[in-house]
Amino acid sequence: MRAVVTVIGKDAVGILAKVSTKCAEYNANVVEVTQSVLQELFAMIMLVDISKLNSDFSTLSDDLTALGEKMGVKIHTMHEDIFNCMHHI
Amino acid sequence: MINAYDILETIRMIQDDCLDIRTITMGISLLDCIDSDIDKACEKVYNKITTKAAHLVEVGEQIEKELGIPIINKRISVTPIAIISAACKCSPVKFAHAMDRAAKDVGVNLIGGYTALVQKGFSAGDTELINSIPEALASTERVCSSVNIGSTKTGINLDACKLMGRIIRECAEKTVDSACFGAAKLVVFCNAVDDNPFMAGAFHGVGEPDCMINVGVSGPGVVRSALTKYPDADITKISDVIKEISYKITRVGQLVGTIASQRLGVPFGIVDLSLAPTPAVGDSVAHILEEIGLEKCGTHGTTATLALLNDAVKKGGVMACSRIGGLSGAFIPVSEDAGMIDAAKSGALCIEKLEAMTAVCSVGLDMIVVPGDTPADTLSAIIADEAAIGMVNCKTTAVRIIPAIGKDVGDELDWGGLFGCGPVMPLKKESPSKFINRGGQIPAPLHSLKN
Repeated sequence: MRAVVTVIGKDAVGILAKVSTKCAEYNANVVEVTQSVLQELFAMIMLVDISKLNSDFSTLSDDLTALGEKMGVKIHTMHEDIFNCMHHI
Repeated sequence: MINAYDILETIRMIQDDCLDIRTITMGISLLDCIDSDIDKACEKVYNKITTKAAHLVEVGEQIEKELGIPIINKRISVTPIAIISAACKCSPVKFAHAMDRAAKDVGVNLIGGYTALVQKGFSAGDTELINSIPEALASTERVCSSVNIGSTKTGINLDACKLMGRIIRECAEKTVDSACFGAAKLVVFCNAVDDNPFMAGAFHGVGEPDCMINVGVSGPGVVRSALTKYPDADITKISDVIKEISYKITRVGQLVGTIASQRLGVPFGIVDLSLAPTPAVGDSVAHILEEIGLEKCGTHGTTATLALLNDAVKKGGVMACSRIGGLSGAFIPVSEDAGMIDAAKSGALCIEKLEAMTAVCSVGLDMIVVPGDTPADTLSAIIADEAAIGMVNCKTTAVRIIPAIGKDVGDELDWGGLFGCGPVMPLKKESPSKFINRGGQIPAPLHSLKN
């Protein structure tokens, strides 16, 4: 089971570090990271393994959303299935 | 890894363009709750609903969180109550109360199925149920009611049309204090379907399994937003763009339904391919038609653009899910769609145009507010007209019309929330009474004889 963590907003120092620290707290293993400026937005996309979470998914998701608010960026944490189903036949 | 553009597109669709799942509706059969003692029957109904749907809301919220997509409504539909109440031989209002309590206790906002199917005539329980609708809707909060008065196979029950005109008025009169809301919870159908997940017309048909999950998708905002990228494309391209986006929307519906069905241990029924709007800005079906090129929805060209939209949505959705059902067509309740409200207020959209639109899309005259002094026979004739369109075109049509008691053209009714608000629309003054009072059955059309 994997989730996609998307960080969108203004680039700043330490975004990757803070988000991955938060993932580590929940025992979510970061599998892949891409970072780029897409359509005038800084976007960091992380694929994380959530099969061994030490808490439930919704707590992780809420916590990451709150972290995003603190850093002034938007963080979405969504199960990878929604992207796979929408964009692959 | 999933393509970054795809990820951002999905997020934008949800964040900016109001993509959501409109409803997860659990259909529950009450056939095993029949009892000649109404109190015992009601207890069985309450117990069955609260057992089957105990985790519906919880699971819905879980999925919402995991996939990051809002699921606006979690609802329940049940077997038409007229079938259950027939054995009791008394007023079935107690069933409405049992449904209401069950809905409150499991946390769903609406429960449908206070229903009678009388397309070919009234059987035991039907007349009692229909006559009790005004009281049932006025004395409950979450119960929705529907009556099927015609079909392509049977023709139209004109006696039932006549009766429903009076019942709609009574529903409005009994709920004047809440902006005639009773009438907004009652739908009159021709060719009603058994697996419709959308309220107020949802019920769980007798041919359906004991319990199942049906899903209704939404996403008019996403379609409109996709079309803005093609301001000068020809209409074939427009159709292709709608198909692509409809595929994506429907896939999410399929995913949500599959997960919900696994977690609830209930079979997954169908995805309803309707573009359900909400009164929120950017979530309007009328605005799609305007994006295609109409100055205002309701003007000449509306029927053609709607036909194109409806067709493309189905073609895109058909491959995205394993089973399609419900109403599956453009779903445009006037009061629940910001663009339709505007168009009705400006006078561009009139009831005749709405009628024409229903000939090419699924739902009929939905959430239309009419003058408070409209006679019952006129309401009956509106129902008969709409049913005729459904009967002859082999499609579902419906009437959910609200007489605004004490109000006239120029006023409006405002319910707030998802039900929105609607301006009073003018009707013709000439009387259809003689026609309606003839009674009897309009015979089925020749092309219903397909065997």
